[in-house]
Amino acid sequence: MSSLSTSASPAPATNALVSRHQLRWWELLPWLLAVAYFFMFPTYLGFGTEILIMVLFAISLDMALGYAGIITLGHAAFFGAGAYTVGMLAHHGIWNEPLSSLLAAAVVAAMLGFVSGLVLLRTVGLTFLMLTLCFMLLLEESANLAQEFTGGFDGLTGITIPPLFGLFEFNPLFPTTQYLYALAILFLCFLFARMVVYSPFGQSLTGIRENTLRMHAVGAPVRMRLVLCYTMSAALAGIAGGLWAQANAYVNLSTLSLDRAATVLIILVLGGYGRLYGAVIGAITYLVLAHYLSKAYPTAWQLGLGLLLVGIALFARGGILGIGEALVQRFRPSTQRTPTPS
Amino acid sequence: MTVPLLETRSISKSFGALRATNDVSFRLEEGARHALIGPNGAGKTTFINLLTGLLLPSSGEVLLKGEDITKMEEAARVKRGIARTFQINRLFRGLTVLENVYISIAERVGAASNLVTPAGKRSDVIDEAMSLLDRLKLADVADRTIAGLPYGRQRLVELAIALGQKPQVLLLDEPAAGVPSAESHIILDAIDALPKSIGVLIIDHDMDLVFRFAQRITVLVRGAVFAEGTPREIGANPDVRAVYLGQAHTHGA
Repeated sequence: MSSLSTSASPAPATNALVSRHQLRWWELLPWLLAVAYFFMFPTYLGFGTEILIMVLFAISLDMALGYAGIITLGHAAFFGAGAYTVGMLAHHGIWNEPLSSLLAAAVVAAMLGFVSGLVLLRTVGLTFLMLTLCFMLLLEESANLAQEFTGGFDGLTGITIPPLFGLFEFNPLFPTTQYLYALAILFLCFLFARMVVYSPFGQSLTGIRENTLRMHAVGAPVRMRLVLCYTMSAALAGIAGGLWAQANAYVNLSTLSLDRAATVLIILVLGGYGRLYGAVIGAITYLVLAHYLSKAYPTAWQLGLGLLLVGIALFARGGILGIGEALVQRFRPSTQRTPTPS
Repeated sequence: MTVPLLETRSISKSFGALRATNDVSFRLEEGARHALIGPNGAGKTTFINLLTGLLLPSSGEVLLKGEDITKMEEAARVKRGIARTFQINRLFRGLTVLENVYISIAERVGAASNLVTPAGKRSDVIDEAMSLLDRLKLADVADRTIAGLPYGRQRLVELAIALGQKPQVLLLDEPAAGVPSAESHIILDAIDALPKSIGVLIIDHDMDLVFRFAQRITVLVRGAVFAEGTPREIGANPDVRAVYLGQAHTHGA
């Protein structure tokens, strides 16, 4: 006879799924830290802005890679598309109001994501990886050749961004506006990403990541879900790129480069993918380490990051956040009931 | 004559020179408990794949309640009530048991395209998932990830995902495969307890399971229907014994 008991008390699992989307106290920490940083390091706000932008870029990648399992090496295509949208609109005197320019960046990147996704997401695995890489390199080369519009190899410098709401100036020497502006945009985008990944749609994305064939077998329109996810991810990456152009007042080919695509991938793996906050921790860790290592060892600083990444890949697949989760699991009295033996 | 729930009319499927399914005409009646047996390589799983739309037949027709679904995609057939389990588990391994079933139910009720409401607020989906898990005696492990479950209970999750579709036709591909005999009664009990209205087609090597469960048995040999009848008729058929049942003993249970 079966000795399995059907639990009379509400199963703990219900709580896990039911309360998953509720805000936890520690979720406030990154935002408090970001505000504290503003007051504590007024001379490092340019660096801070760079971190915020990379966090947003990494979150956009996390939606596609971490949640839906779309493994791409060409995400800078959308970052660059956003950056060039803002840069070209402003440089050619068409439009430069900051917020609506960002919206334009999001729309252009989303359209690129949608169209490329429709075609490329017919493939999977290594083929997809290589095609995303090709797509990004094609965009980079196009930007290089279309000198008239994009400034070619030199990029577009001296973009003028008018004051935000007509009040707050973008001063490249004292980037207080840039920092707070980037923080606000990041916050809004984060809320959006958080909403999506905890929705039933987000749950179905994790289903696709875990077992695509089974998703087909439960009647899910797998490819359209992936294309939609990829499009939203591209839009967020485009906003990050647009922010980068506005914060730096220039655009160049580095926004579309393999170097940038690889960096954001490393950041996400380092912090822990499929967790949202992995992007936050990964970006901070990577950029701070890169900053100090490059000061201390100007020629060999990438070695340190490389070793860290090898360590993470070998011993901590969940990244820094995964290590944290394992530690919390270990030291917290287990809330999970032991399974009844059958 | 009544229209059968699911019917194939002389379907064939060739892979190159191999004729994996050969001119099979088959009827699954409403509420049926039907078993499909046959030696290894008889084309049982290929036949199931033709029914679900994972494969398209080279010739012949598949009908669901009289409607031609031969060319219909897998997802569309699922929406019309054909669900299946897999011979080798196809689960969402990194997710919890509840999430596995949630995904299936959310897809059926159309919740899965919702981007805005938190998944945890769809209490209709969660309640249905929990009551399904309760029925399969999985409620106590609802919060555990699949990877940490014993294999027998993973097989139950495989079944739970299919049942989350509220199917009219349920295709079970070796539901007890790989389950230690000490645990296999859980699976058998679960199959016994399926709603009577579902038409069930089960593929298995386990003769105890087949004879306990089936009201009707079809024997497939080399892709073609070799014999069909009640368990009594099949058990007494000397030809079937020769090609299949005799072999089963040498394989051991």
